[in-house]
Order: sequence, then C-alpha cells, then structure tokens
Amino acid sequence: MVSRKANGFSGVKRELAKYLLFTLCVLLAPFAFLDSYLLNVLVFVGIHTMLAIALNLLLGYAGQISLGHAAFFGLGAYLSGVLTTTYSWNPWLTMLVAAVVVGGMAFAIGFPILKLKGHYLAMATLGLGIIIFIVFNEWVEVTSGPSGFSGIPNLQLGQLVFDSDLKNYYLVWCFVLGCVLLSVNLANSRIGRALRAIHDAEVAARVVGVNARLLKVQIFALSAMISAIAGSLYAHVMTFIAPPSFGFNISVELLTMVVIGGLGSIYGSFLGALLLTLLPEFLRFMHDYDIVFYGGLLMVMTIFMPGGLVQGIPDLFRKLLNLRKGKGGNHA
Amino acid sequence: MELGTQLLQYLLSGLSTGAIYALIGIGFSIIYNATGIINFAQGEFVMLGGMLTLFLLSVLQLPLWIAIPLAVLLAALVGLLFERLAIRPLRKASPISLVIITIGGAILIRGLAMLIWGKDTHSLPSFSGDEPIMLAGATLLPQHLWILGITLLLIGLNKWFFSHTTSGKAMRACSYNPRAAGLVGIDVRRMVLLSFVISAAMGALAGIIVAPLTMTAYDVGIMLGLKGFCAAIIGGMSSGLSTVIGGLILGVLESLGAGLISSGYKDAIAFVILLLILFLRPQGLFGKPESERV
Repeated sequence: MVSRKANGFSGVKRELAKYLLFTLCVLLAPFAFLDSYLLNVLVFVGIHTMLAIALNLLLGYAGQISLGHAAFFGLGAYLSGVLTTTYSWNPWLTMLVAAVVVGGMAFAIGFPILKLKGHYLAMATLGLGIIIFIVFNEWVEVTSGPSGFSGIPNLQLGQLVFDSDLKNYYLVWCFVLGCVLLSVNLANSRIGRALRAIHDAEVAARVVGVNARLLKVQIFALSAMISAIAGSLYAHVMTFIAPPSFGFNISVELLTMVVIGGLGSIYGSFLGALLLTLLPEFLRFMHDYDIVFYGGLLMVMTIFMPGGLVQGIPDLFRKLLNLRKGKGGNHA
Repeated sequence: MELGTQLLQYLLSGLSTGAIYALIGIGFSIIYNATGIINFAQGEFVMLGGMLTLFLLSVLQLPLWIAIPLAVLLAALVGLLFERLAIRPLRKASPISLVIITIGGAILIRGLAMLIWGKDTHSLPSFSGDEPIMLAGATLLPQHLWILGITLLLIGLNKWFFSHTTSGKAMRACSYNPRAAGLVGIDVRRMVLLSFVISAAMGALAGIIVAPLTMTAYDVGIMLGLKGFCAAIIGGMSSGLSTVIGGLILGVLESLGAGLISSGYKDAIAFVILLLILFLRPQGLFGKPESERV
C-alpha cells in the first residue's frame, strides 16, 4: 500500500511536470514563427487539438466511437456565428450558451445513441452528423446555406481585439491548455478509472457498481461541449464559416488524429492534431490528393501501430535496439 | 400532373432507387453475417463498379456487355485484396479498430479513384436507349426496368447460393457460429474472403446499373453506401428478403419525401429513419429482439 501511494504521488508529479513543459512550449512557440504563416497554422493546430482531445475522451477513455463529432464542432460555430452576427449577442456569453446547448443536446441524445455498440454506434453517430450537416446546408435563411456565413466579429476582451494571428494564437491555446488540464485530471480521477473499466469490460464495470450508462452519456456531453467551444473559437477566429468545414470528412480527420496520436493519450491527441494539421502544408504539391495519404496512414497505423505514435515510437526504438542486440526474434 | 399520377411516378422511381439500396444493403449483410464487421468501404465498391465500367467503355473502347462483367470482376478483385491486406491482419481486433480500418480503406480507394479518374462527374450510357415508357400517365425509363430486373435476378441468385450450394451453406454456418463451423471442417478464413468478394461484386453491379440514371463520380460511394447500410438496418442485417424490403421502403419514402416535402432534405430522410430504427428497433423492422451474451 505504502509503495503504491508513493508511486501515485510520483505519478502526479510526473503529470504536473509534463503539463508545465507542455505549457512552456506552447507559450514560447510563437517566437519561433513570428511573421510566418505557420503561426496561423498553429492557431488551427490548437483548435484541432481541442477537438481531438474531446473525441479522445470518448473514444480512447470510454471506448465509444463517434463519427459525427464535426457536427458538434459545427453547431458551436454556427450558434456563435449566427447569434453574435444576426442577433448581436455578446460573443463570450454566446460561447457559453452554445456550449451548454450543444452539451445538453448531446446529453439528451446520448441516452438512446450510446445504448448502441461498436459498428452500430459508429453508424448512428455518422447519421446524426450527416443530418446536422444537411441542416447547415439547407436552412438557408439562418445559416446562409452552402455559400457560407460571413461577417462574424472577432472576440474582444476590454480594449483587446483578437484580430491577429499572434493574439488568436494565445487566445486559442489558453483554451487548449485549460482543456488539457481538465482532461488529464479527469483521466487520472475516479471517473477516468471508471471510464477505462467501461472501455475494457462494460458488464464487469457495471457489476462492480459503475453507472456505465450515465457515465458514458456524461462523457459524450462533455466531449460535445468541448467540441462546441472549439467551434465558437473557430467561428470568431475565421470570421467566416461554411458547411464543408463540419462534414463527414472532418469527423474522419478527427478520428485519424486521435488514432494516430494514440487512443487514450491526451498529449497523443495533440501530436495527432499537430501532424495532421501541418501535413497538408507540406503536402501542398499533392493538392487534394493528400486524402490518399490519409487513408493509407489510417490503415497502416491501425495495423502496425495500434497504440498510436505515443506508444508506437518508443516501441519502434525498443525493437530496433533489440535487433541491434540480435534479440529481434524474441517478440511474437 | 394530378396527384395520383404524381404518386405513381414517385413510387416507380422510388422502387428503382430502392432496389439499388437493397443490393448494397445485402452486400453489407453478407460481410456482417460472415465476420461481424460493418464494412465502411462497401460504398466504394459501388463507385468502383460505375467508374470501372466507364473506364473500360471509354478508354479501352470495349462493348458494354464485356465491360460490365469485367468491371464486376475487377471490383471483386479489389474486394479480395481489401480482405487480404486490411481485414485479415486484424482478425482478432476490436470493433473500433475494424471500423477505423474499413474507413481507412474507403478513403484510400476513393482517393485512388480520384487520382486515376479525376473529380469530374460522368454519365454511363443506358443499356437500351432512353425512350421513355408511359405507364398510366407516369414515365418510366428502360433503365428502370433493367435495374428492377437485374435486382430480382441477383436476389434470386443470392437465395439459391445461400440455400443450395455447399459454399453458401458453409458461409451460413460461419455466420451462426464460426468456431463450430471450423470444427466441422469449414475453412472459415476462406468464407470470410468469399464474403468480401461477393459483396464487392454485388456492390459493383449495383453501381453499374444505377450509373446511367444518376451519373457517377469518385465520391458517389459515400452516400450510396450509407443508404445501403440503412436498408440493411431496416431489414435487420439479413442477407435476404427483409433487406430488400428495407431498401424498397427507404427508396419509396425518400422519393415521396423529395417530391412532397423538400428535395434538399431528401438525404436526411434516410438518416432519420436510420436513427429511429436503431433507437427503437435495433433488430430491424421484421426481426425478433435478441439478448446479448457477455
């Protein structure tokens, strides 16, 4: 018991150290990219990191797949966009309202939808995402339809208007850091352990007294809320939103980020988001064909690195090391 | 046009799209029953059918009656490769990994199709002219008849295969209990492979017969695949008649919805039905509830 306690304590310390290191990197990163368009890309890395973490909470911790998360992202963006632009609501208040509304919606729909498992859940969430996507396209009076909704104001804090890449960078990454802190805490709490129990064996978890159903729905709602906040931020940063940013492809891209980074690893989600957001910048020469690359990447990662980069890279090093020592044949 | 004729028109076009959904849905069911996998790449086989036929017709200048079977064959080959390269390495994987790998496969196939054939939308020539046939005031294209005819034929073949051939019976045995099937000497892995080949071929044929009506492009597989899945869900993932009925119901409802309510929300109808069925009757419209063993 004593040793476990000590272990737990050092675990907390290590988490804290990781978090502080991450924060430091985030705060200093812009100075390497000042006056570069990459700073703008990093703003989107931040938004994607929030989305990937949100999906990872659901997929990596609770083991419940969602192929419709882009819809929650879109709902946040459209609620913020429409309410602040058409109805002149206060943007910060709207962001809160959007998060609560989307979270509430996810909570309500979570009960029937999370009763489904595996493939069925995947298809149901996909269907939900597509229905919402169609509404973005067709409810032209409100959303302006396929041509997109423009003129969304930047966020403002007193005299400070978030209208440059640098300001937006710090704005978005403050939210990301909050999100990471929340998620790391959650993952290491009683709830996180209960979620992992559901992930591994739901019936067993229920037998030992975990209210699996409620917990799954709660994490679904939380995940949707974080996605909605990311959507609000996206709307205010871009000042223009259009349906294709919230379609099925985006849901799949988010899934790819989570899988590539590593299921159940918060920093892995950041890695996945970083990689998949930066990659298109370097694959510009491939134009739209980069999708071939994503598909292949998704397959290769699932077959050869099911733990994602976070586990895969250290494993790879170990294997290479073993090969050097001539013990390569030992692992089966 | 008066309402009666209009309804007849919607019904007729609904039935022919419904037949397509049914074929795609059966493809989903065959793989699901053999492996427990929902193959998210199923729609891509439908796309491959149309695009391959187009390629064989226009680039290689083959006649239609050679191009069609050849395209089906090629699509079946893709199905075989897909099972070998993506599914087999993951045989013992969790449902989530399988969902992810089939999505990855779907994206890859779609991307390669875009790379090879570009992003343009193409139309395939009708099998026998475009002279409309009048039927009690409603118009019907010869292609509609082709669709209904070929669907009926395929469903018949499918039925015969699963109840009268050794391979078909072996596949059914695998779907009831793969382990027991293995114990009595059935090569389960071969049956899994076969299920992918058959589904790919069926999907491709569905894609070919619908292409003259709806045009084809590298990305038609997503929607057609999802609608097909919806048909299979209504039918309770059976590879028989209930999925056919599911497809027809879906096709007709969609066509009525598009005609009477709004064409913009047409695609949403299928997904609303999908969600309702999954929430209220996950065993399908005609199935009996099953309890899950843990």
